[in-house]
Amino acid sequence: MVERDLVIVGGGPAGMAAAISAHENGVKDILLLERDQYLGGILNQCVHTGFGVEYFKEVLTGPEYAERFIKKIKEIPEIEVSLKTFVVNLATDKSLTYLLPGKMETLRAKTLIMATGCREKTREMAHIAGTRPAGIFSAGLAQKLINVEGLLPGNKVVIVGSGDIGLIMARRFTLEGAKVKGVIEIENVSSGLVRNVVQCVEDFNIPFYLRHKITRIYGRDRVEKVDVVQVDEKGTEITDSKFEIECDTVLISVGLIPENELIEMAGIVLDEKTNSPVTDEVNKTSIPGLFVCGNSFKVYDIVDTVTRDSLEAGRLAAEYLL
Amino acid sequence: MKKRLTCVECPKGCVLSVDIENCMVVDIIGSECPKGKKYAADEIENPVRILTSAVLTEGLSLKMVPVRTDKPVPKNSILKAMEEVKKARISKAVPAGEIIIKNLLNLDVNLISTREVKRV
Ligand code: SF4
Repeated sequence: MVERDLVIVGGGPAGMAAAISAHENGVKDILLLERDQYLGGILNQCVHTGFGVEYFKEVLTGPEYAERFIKKIKEIPEIEVSLKTFVVNLATDKSLTYLLPGKMETLRAKTLIMATGCREKTREMAHIAGTRPAGIFSAGLAQKLINVEGLLPGNKVVIVGSGDIGLIMARRFTLEGAKVKGVIEIENVSSGLVRNVVQCVEDFNIPFYLRHKITRIYGRDRVEKVDVVQVDEKGTEITDSKFEIECDTVLISVGLIPENELIEMAGIVLDEKTNSPVTDEVNKTSIPGLFVCGNSFKVYDIVDTVTRDSLEAGRLAAEYLL
Repeated sequence: MKKRLTCVECPKGCVLSVDIENCMVVDIIGSECPKGKKYAADEIENPVRILTSAVLTEGLSLKMVPVRTDKPVPKNSILKAMEEVKKARISKAVPAGEIIIKNLLNLDVNLISTREVKRV
């Protein structure tokens, strides 16, 4: 079997920082696998600003933040980038199998860094009753449709949860001419940044319902309306507080969950609640020489800290290898 | 007139109580550091935002090119500026940082690309 010194799975901010740092720390043979056709990961669809304040001391958009790392990677011949490459199997001995257009390959990594990011929690995880019509999207999917595909997925929108992506999408839909009819948050504060509450919701006079939740989604083919109720501190529904909001789209923004099926396949134990690898040290796992960094290690609030910790993962990998 | 504002300059999010006379800030209480005072004054007297969006392409490697204004624009011009952004089309390869709309709405700001786009 072909053996490579360091294989990194995932070409988002975490994987790119890990690759650059591993190279800086002396690793000469690095293979970076990315399933999309571009490097950059989720940053490519995050067209808003707010990235880089800590790491670059500048305010950048997502694509601009990504570009700085992509450029660096292109200048390093020891980093081989393989795009459209989807890893389907990972074994305990760090051998992995992946699909490329038209073929399947297997190799063994002496050192492996997993930087596979996270996914959004779904409607099912938020336990919302009702029908299953078209028009229910996770906030990040809607973001991709608008910013990358150039499609507007709805006109009258209700947002469930007030995580940053949900808030950002409240503004994004409004700018595109859709009507955002409300942001519904079960807690009494937003889970997103204050800046996003002010600049994405208050700026456009979007109704923000704190201590509320959606109890039912209606609609046959397309979403037609939702039921909203007020809740108390314990999350119990307050009687007679129910009202309806007519809408054609529901966005779910109730949090993120690390994407770790591959390391689970290799036998690494995941925390039942958070889906992070169970470990005492940042980036390390129970398998020597197998590191996890970025949002697949734990869900970070800002990309700058992903970069910081992933640079450390690259260094740890170099230390293990050399 | 009194107005309540939340400072967005850092994650603390101090709630500021701002005293306004003739659209000018005369007093600010509640800020835990000087940045809050400046924020409140700017936000009341001249609120501005960086506008970010994406512009449709014709026959290029990306369907949408992300864009932003190179300087902040007045908050009350944002929706009008978006009308221009929606009308714009990119049909030639551009690097990141290229001017897509010059002097947007005569506001003395340019709309620039934030990602490279190539020919296919
Ligand atoms: S006033 Fe200072 S401490 Fe308070 S939120 Fe603003 S920047 Fe932060």
